[in-house]
Amino acid sequence: MKAIVYVELKNGVLDPQGKAVSETLSRLGFDEVKSARIGKRIELELEDGLAKDAAEARVKEMCESLLANTVIERYQIELADA
Amino acid sequence: MKAGVIIFPGSNCDRDAITALKDITGQDPVQIWHKTTEWPKGLDFVVVPGGFSYGDYLRCGAMAGNSPIIPELKAFANSGGHILGICNGFQILTETGLLPGALLRNAGLNFVCRNERLIVSPNSSAFTSEYQSGSEIIVPVAHHDGNFFADDATLDMLEGDGRVAFRYADNPNGSARDIAGILSENRRVLGMMPHPERAIGGHEGGSDGRAMFTGVMNALATA
Repeated sequence: MKAIVYVELKNGVLDPQGKAVSETLSRLGFDEVKSARIGKRIELELEDGLAKDAAEARVKEMCESLLANTVIERYQIELADA
Repeated sequence: MKAGVIIFPGSNCDRDAITALKDITGQDPVQIWHKTTEWPKGLDFVVVPGGFSYGDYLRCGAMAGNSPIIPELKAFANSGGHILGICNGFQILTETGLLPGALLRNAGLNFVCRNERLIVSPNSSAFTSEYQSGSEIIVPVAHHDGNFFADDATLDMLEGDGRVAFRYADNPNGSARDIAGILSENRRVLGMMPHPERAIGGHEGGSDGRAMFTGVMNALATA
């Protein structure tokens, strides 16, 4: 089983990288871009045979203890059969 | 005062901290490798130094904040020990929850490396006991992720409780409310982005950081 974790800065937390990317896109003529936010995608390969609920609970624990800093970030978990 | 310095893979200001502590206390500080779970006996004061622990992987301080030594560091804090987290050390202390908030990428995106003017905020910690409240000191900064962030309620709490130790005179990184350093609730843990250990009156040019160490040393001597 695979778990995909998306970690993004919370709304309201300044993302200077996203701002710079957005400004550069505008400069390149992509006028339709109003803003950009940059996040991370973390792919975890999990042991086979885990129940989906149990896997999700474990990955949530991983997010809370290491993968995300919930002071500034939020996360989203997707589970997929490998 | 018996001092120690925690060393992580990628710490690079550990030598600066060791040199400063030796110069000021006259004794070699204990060097504590992050993988040990045996806390040296009799420590009064520990520096979590600057650098790029674990190459800043995932987030600055995230991996170091989960090192084997961290439960021992937390126990030391809970027992009333004095801790100074400098730069990456500040980032690590926020990751462990010993200090609130987080350090984001500098608002201007650039790595900032220069002397900064800091204003000593009114507070009652040993770290600032030898500075005059409101006075201006010059301490160097060198960081890419020093933009202090916390929600408004936390910022109000820090300000209301006198837990802001230093503010920038010219905010170099976008930090909320110009905050350069904050204190724990018991005022014995200080995290700051500027480097006082690089301003102790030697070859490095300034001496305004020295009183931060002597302040702790003298407070411990009279305690």
